[in-house]
Amino acid sequence: MNPSLSTMAPGRTMASEQRDRTTPMVSIQSVEKVFGTSQVLFDIDLDVQAGETVCLIGPSGAGKSTLLRCINHLEKITRGSIRVDGSLVGYREHLGKLYELHESEAARQRLVTGMVFQQFNLFQHMTSIENVTFAAIKVLRLPKPEAIERARGLLDRVGLGHKMDSYPSQLSGGQQQRVAIARAMQMRPKVMLFDEPTSALDPELVGDVLEVMRDVARTSGMTLMVVTHEMGFAREVADRVVFMAEGRIVEVGTAREVLDNPAHDRTRDFLAAVLR
Amino acid sequence: MTGRASVSRPVAMHAGMEVVPVRRWGRQALAVVVAVVVVTVVYGFATNPNIKWPVVGEFLLNAAIVDGLLGTLELTIWSMMFATLIAVVIAVMRLSDSRIISGFAAGYVFIFRGIPMIVLLILVGNLGLFFKTFSIGIPFTDITFIAIRTRDLMTPFVASIIGLSLAGSGYMAEIVRAGLLSVGRGQREAATALGCTPAATLRYIVLPQALKVLIPPMGNEMVSMLKATAVVSVIAGGDLLTAALGISGVNYRTIELLIVATIWYLLVITVLSIAQYFVERRSAEK
Repeated sequence: MNPSLSTMAPGRTMASEQRDRTTPMVSIQSVEKVFGTSQVLFDIDLDVQAGETVCLIGPSGAGKSTLLRCINHLEKITRGSIRVDGSLVGYREHLGKLYELHESEAARQRLVTGMVFQQFNLFQHMTSIENVTFAAIKVLRLPKPEAIERARGLLDRVGLGHKMDSYPSQLSGGQQQRVAIARAMQMRPKVMLFDEPTSALDPELVGDVLEVMRDVARTSGMTLMVVTHEMGFAREVADRVVFMAEGRIVEVGTAREVLDNPAHDRTRDFLAAVLR
Repeated sequence: MTGRASVSRPVAMHAGMEVVPVRRWGRQALAVVVAVVVVTVVYGFATNPNIKWPVVGEFLLNAAIVDGLLGTLELTIWSMMFATLIAVVIAVMRLSDSRIISGFAAGYVFIFRGIPMIVLLILVGNLGLFFKTFSIGIPFTDITFIAIRTRDLMTPFVASIIGLSLAGSGYMAEIVRAGLLSVGRGQREAATALGCTPAATLRYIVLPQALKVLIPPMGNEMVSMLKATAVVSVIAGGDLLTAALGISGVNYRTIELLIVATIWYLLVITVLSIAQYFVERRSAEK
């Protein structure tokens, strides 16, 4: 659809063919996270291949969002390691030692990931087009005309070509979230992290946002990690589904395996409660 | 005020019957009292034989007074500028993760908000009494690059600007801090997730949004600063009040010259208030 999108990451089929041989795009090993006195992540291991779409499901407080926020270093992990696109999140390896990254280095490392938040978090003092072009101009140092052209394409693609000059306060929640997706896509990350992107929306607005996400999953070739309560979306789009509860990964499998034929009682109980 | 109650309104009719409005006796009585007080005060000033009103008119556009007025405006603008700059720096330091840096900022606010402005001004104005020279060099060594006698550097005008800036920045730092905190965490996280450094996040995302919250209280600070400049007359800072007192020291027309100063202060404040109204309305439209 948009030529700029197809060039941003290795094509999906190629990634699928090489999945067993290449290093994973996201590799999470023995990760634990402690906030003060409460531990929210226990011994998390998960590999996500390039081009894969993984949905994280589970009850609230399971640590899904925290895990996602550790991947782009919005939260610092307490133990273990996370690699994204081969490099260790938050550290530089040199001569057998790990050097903590300075904030500006961490910022550069973060460019490999994009994030979409539950509360959209659009910059309130900027129009849609300014929201989308801002980081491309100030962080990627793209020439302004190029950034604007790319942003126009993306806003058209999420169905908001007519709202380019609107401020977030003039948009519905669903429209804001679609601008937020365009804003993250503009940076051409290799991994997109969606943190409950539809949970704050009115029910009738959820469909449009899911439609955009489906489009991204199918055509962008990016690696997607989606924390969601939309089981229909997970079933339809996810290559794999991860079920988490109380800070641990309970089971991982294809959507069919986890959603239709869960191996654990904990998963069964959750699905029964959600799908009721 | 009193006129409003006595205006005859068309008689209201409901369901074919006349409606008797509530009689607010207390409010009407108070209105009368207030009116009497106002008239008495104004009459008292206007007819007081000890106030020579022609003198007020004579000195309103006196060259020294106009000079003083310009001095007051200059003091206000410079002090406001420096105070705002310092306030932003202190507010950002206050939010630092380093305890030493945020502690310094807290101490700064405590000290300069705690010292009465008049004390601060006299201290700064007389800095030459206890620091004889002002020098730039390497601390705790004898190496100096520049040394100036404090007396030459610290003219009353400079001392006034420094005193006013320090005092104002203490208050403003707290206002700016509140403004910075009013920008939600999500805004900062979104910028961070897009690869912004903390400095870029502050400059492009937090400060512009904080500014909107800051405009009304900073406008008030500007008015306060304008009024505070009168205090610099204690070190003869070259402001409007200094000029007025200088003249009255010669002709003994103290009240008349204070009235002259009052008229100018109110005039400038009126202009500032109107400007603030328009700035606020513009920023509210966004």
